[in-house]
Order: sequence, then C-alpha cells, then structure tokens
Amino acid sequence: MMEKIICACGHENPAGTKLCEKCGRPLTEQEQKSKVVDMRYDGIAIRSKTRNKSLIDKIWNFFSSVKVGVSLIIINLVAASIGTIFPQEFYVNVSSIADKATYYEETYGSLGKLYYSLGFADIYSSWWFQILVGLLGISIIVASIDRGIPLHKSLKNQRVKRHESFMKRQRIVAEGPITDGDASKTLDLIEDKMKKLKYNVRREGSAILAERGRFARYGPYINHLGLIIFLLGVMLRMLPGFYIDESIWIREGETRAVPGMEGYFLENEKFILELHDNDPTESQVQQGVNVVAKNYQTDVKLYKQSDDAVAGQAENLELVKEYSIRVNHPLQHEGYSFYQMDFRLNEIKTMIFNLTNKETGESLGEVSIDLTNPQDEYVIDDKTKISLLGYYPGFSGFKDGVPQTATPTPNNPAFIFKMTTPETPDGEMSFVAIRQTIEPNGENKYKMQFKSVETRNMSGLTVHKDKTIPILIVGGIIFMLGVAIGSYWNHRRIWVEQLQDGTIRLAAHTNKNWFSIKKDLNALTEHVSLPKYIDQLDEAAGSEQNEKEGDNTL
Amino acid sequence: MDKKKKRSITRGVILIVLVAAIAYTIYNTATKDKTELLKVGDEAPNFELVDLYDNNLKHRLSDYEGKGVFLNFWGTWCEPCKKEMPAMSNQYAIYKEQGVEVLAINISQTDFEVKKFIESLDVHFPVAIDSTKSVMTAYNVDLLPATILINPEGKVEKIITGEMNETQIASYMESIKPE
Repeated sequence: MMEKIICACGHENPAGTKLCEKCGRPLTEQEQKSKVVDMRYDGIAIRSKTRNKSLIDKIWNFFSSVKVGVSLIIINLVAASIGTIFPQEFYVNVSSIADKATYYEETYGSLGKLYYSLGFADIYSSWWFQILVGLLGISIIVASIDRGIPLHKSLKNQRVKRHESFMKRQRIVAEGPITDGDASKTLDLIEDKMKKLKYNVRREGSAILAERGRFARYGPYINHLGLIIFLLGVMLRMLPGFYIDESIWIREGETRAVPGMEGYFLENEKFILELHDNDPTESQVQQGVNVVAKNYQTDVKLYKQSDDAVAGQAENLELVKEYSIRVNHPLQHEGYSFYQMDFRLNEIKTMIFNLTNKETGESLGEVSIDLTNPQDEYVIDDKTKISLLGYYPGFSGFKDGVPQTATPTPNNPAFIFKMTTPETPDGEMSFVAIRQTIEPNGENKYKMQFKSVETRNMSGLTVHKDKTIPILIVGGIIFMLGVAIGSYWNHRRIWVEQLQDGTIRLAAHTNKNWFSIKKDLNALTEHVSLPKYIDQLDEAAGSEQNEKEGDNTL
Repeated sequence: MDKKKKRSITRGVILIVLVAAIAYTIYNTATKDKTELLKVGDEAPNFELVDLYDNNLKHRLSDYEGKGVFLNFWGTWCEPCKKEMPAMSNQYAIYKEQGVEVLAINISQTDFEVKKFIESLDVHFPVAIDSTKSVMTAYNVDLLPATILINPEGKVEKIITGEMNETQIASYMESIKPE
C-alpha cells in the first residue's frame, strides 16, 4: 500500500503532495519552513515523482521528466541542424542511388561519405531521426498526462476555505481589521467588487475564493496537443494514399499515365518558355545572367479512363480538364496538383534529309523522318525510294557489326538507309549518324544529306497530393492557441476569510503577471477598506526580485 | 482492482501504443517505394495492350486466368533485356504447351524500333508496346529488365529485377505452370 499523508484537517493526500489538497496546509518540511509556498502545479503530487517501483513506472518517469524532454528537444535540434550542413539527397541531381553515395564523397570528401552513410543526407527518412522525434512525442504525451490530469483535478476540486498556514505562506497576504465601514458587510462588498472585476466568486460561510482566467493553466497542455496532432499528420504521410510526390516527364504531343493517380492520363500539348527581352541590367551582368525567364508554361489536357477500363487502355479517354500550368499555378483536380518543375528544350523530333547525287549535288527529293513514328519505306516516286532498315535513337557504337542504342531518346540518332534510285535500282546501303557516314558495300553514288531538324520540348511536372495538410493546419492552430492562452492570460486567485472577531485574512496568487493582480487588489482594498496587503517576496529580497517576473507556474 | 495496478496497466498501454506508432512509421519509411508498391501475393493489376503485329489481338491479363503469365518489361536500349530474350523464347516454346503465357512489354518505343529489334533477334513470343507507360506505372516498374511472374490465380508470384539466365527462366516458368 502506498504511503498516504494525512493532513491535520483529516484529508488523505497521496504521497508527494506538498500542499494539502483540501485545506492547503503545507505538508512537507520544506514547505513548512518556507515563507512562501511553492504553488507550482498547486502543490499536487506529480504522479511520476511519487512511485518508482515497476519497470513501467521507471519508463514512465523517464519520459515525464522535464529534463529528459528538454534534452530530447536539444538533441532533435542538433540533429536537424547537422542535416542542413550539406544539401539533402532530393536536391542532389543524380540518377541512381549508387551515384548519390559517390556524389557526397566526391563533393564533400570523407566527411560527406560519413554524412551520407549516417543518413543525414535524407534525415527525415532515417530511422534514428524518426526515433528521436518519436521519443520527443512520447515525452510530450507522457509529461502532459502526468502533470495535466492531476492539475486539472486539483483545480476542479478547489476548496474555498484554506488553512491559515496556506494563506500566510502566499506571496501576497493581508491581515487585520477593516479600516472603515461596517465589518458585517465586508464579505458582501468583496464578492460584489470581485464580480465586477470579472472574477468567478465562490463563497462558503465566512470564506471567499475569487478566481479568474483558470483556463490559462491549460495553455501548455493545449499546445502539446497541437504538437501531437502535427506529429500524427507527419506520420500519416507514410501511409499509402495520404501523400504522393511523383515526377513525370512528358514531351510535347505525348500522353502519359499519371503515376500515383490511377486511371488518369496527361497530355502535353505545348511547353512555352518566355524570356524578358531587356538588355542585361547591371545586377544581371554582375551575376552573369544573360536572360531572365518570364514564364514557364505547359499546356496540358488531363484525361480519365472510363471506369471499367484497365491499365494500358488508352482509347476512349474522357477529357477532364484543359489547363495551362505555370509556376505557382498548378493544375488541380481531386486533391492532386500538377506543378511546373522543369523542362528540356529542343529534343529532335523530325529529321529531314535530301537524297543527293554525290557527284552532281542534285537532289532527287526530300525525306522527312518522324522519329516518333519511323516508317519502313519513304517513297519519292515510283523508281525512287528510301527503305529504313534500322533506327538507333541513342547510337553508342557497333557491337559485332550491329549498331547499338544506349537510350530510348534521340540524343544521337543513327539510321541504316537503303537508297533506290533509277540509277541504282538494286539499292545502295548507307549508315548515317551525326557527323558519320559508313557505306558498307563500297562507294555509293547517292547520299542522304542532312537538311534540317524539327524539335519539340519536354516538360517536367510534379504530381502532388497531400491529405495530411488539413491535419497539419489543425495541429498548428491548436498549438498557437495553446501558446496564446498560456502566454496572454493568467490565473489569478484571491482567498479571503473573515475571522470570528471580524478581521480579514487575505491571500492572493497568480501564475504570472503579479502587477495585474496587485492592480485588482488595490481596487478591492480601496473599495472595501481592507487592511493593506504586503508582497512577502518584496520584503524578503527587496524590489530586485520583483523585476524578474518570469516565473511561470504551470 | 487495486488503483495502483490499474494505473500501471494504463501507463503500459499508452507506452506500448506510442512505441508501436514509432515502429510503424519507421517500418513504413523503410519499405516505402515510390507509389503503392506491388508485392508478392498481391492481385496482379489487370491491363490490356494491343499486340505488336495484330491490331485486333488484345492481350488482356484477365483473359489469361488459369494460365501462368510471364510478364517481361524491356527496352531496345537495355542490354540485359536483349540478352535474356533468346532464352525466354526457347523456354516459351517448351512451356507454352503447359499453360504458361509470355508477354514482353516494351516501354513506350516506336513500332518500327520494336519490330526491327524483335526480328533481328529472331525471338518468338507475344510483344506489346506500353505507349502511355500506364502498365509500367501500374506495376511500379522502375529498372529494366523487370519480370513479374503471375500465377494461374492471378496473384503476383515473384518480382525479378535484372537479367535472368535460361535455367532461371525455366524454373520461373515451372513455378507458375498450372497444376
């Protein structure tokens, strides 16, 4: 059985209680000796400080400790700060995971390697940082429960009449006969005046408790609640469906399935880059900037598959929206947003060649090859045609005599042509790449002379969905509300008792802003002709102590 | 019940819930790929693609129920994709009779390139082009070659990223062959 402290008034208090829950008598030796009692948490027994037996209690006590909480905050801050020394992984522009590791080593040396291997490069995804934040979360919750619940109970069950030893040990006290008027009416006058000062007044026999702004005591707990909701929102991002952040590259004229948005397709109609046509200004010259972009824009069409369609069925798409995506003007649909993020200009789309007689330079006609849809044959007239035998968009050399392609995109297009003309009815073979022509069967009479290209642009868009935003906003608002309540309001209490002989005993306490409560007391003293109150801390330590009014009782 | 005992239980439960929430978050981050990840045992997402050679022939996954499906994602620029194709062709010739279908899905290249490539390798299995990358997205394919084994019940049996040799291909086809 846990030890109980039985107060002289007969009330049974849990072990660790500093001030009797019922009458307010100081119960510990320390409190009995002190001139002014410690009103922090109203002298309640903080649960974790009283029991330390089982393993669960020990863990609980660890997390409820303010020291542990503050240490966790500092550790979190330090870790997050270190995470800003080198850029985070997602700002590093390399393609594969292996490249990322070498990027940090090459750019920042062995420190960079260590940084990467410890997970600082992607700090929010590293397990140890999540544990740190999680521990802080536990600390906030446990400490709030551990202190908040008993404090709430104690505030709710306050007695009006407090013991002399409690009253006399408050910071502000007054005792003596009234200086003027009828003593029998004093309590009525006090009650009346305190009500006018917007206090809640309770009266029990010859005792009065006037109280104002009790809710200010809940400020810290409300802001903790906000923080927890915020953390919960961040945690929900990990769940499927709550958070999508994908990128998608679409060339002009292409239609692509939207990653993370099942059943939707996006078509890039046109990418537009507009530049300011001003002469470089002084600061532009200083920074080495030649031109300044005015607008990045992608004109898109968003399509939806019919409901019974499956992946791969790109027919019968239904147009949902047509929109010009610009920076800060995303296309929005059903919680998804498409942002303009990046672009690549002038990818080759069509190549135009002249079939030319090498000797005379005479052209037999023009052939235009659409690289997005090459054809087997390009007929110029009934005796003149070009057969396309091979197309290699990213020609990277030969392997066993066969041309290879390193990419699916036309970075270095190469072709194998068979040119048939009235002069060469059997056809001549030619391998044509940029700045390279190979004629495998000996010298040709004709060549495919490069004439011009048509290009197209590519847009880089981000697909974004975040269902946790409302949760984060609610968490943030509650947090700020808690901070405001805890900072701008204060809990003022005034206890008054009229003794048998008609003298008045008064005590006052506030968790912050002693100036205000003294103002209230001045008004009260004048109105009811009460004996003058004294500030016991003023007497003890002079006015110096009074200046430091940062003591916030939770 | 003893008040003290009750309180210990409440505290224990709160601590366990909080620790579980942290563990869950870390687990999710660690296993999280890009979008909703395709996992072994999941229902294979249905799709329909047009055959490379026959515009009227549609390869719809649900039509292959009761058969094992060997889905291979590839591109002409991908060297390992090219290497494993002849072996796939050989094994398909054997397992076709036993109820295993192969579908080689090209990632959004042109008809011309794909046809020339397949013809130059002289391989024989159905080929389709995923021109909008929507099947690729549905299967969350990132790196090529990628092979998804789908069993006769329509569930994902295995996901293989990277090149396979002929012995592996044979054993994979064996594993999804209907009873």
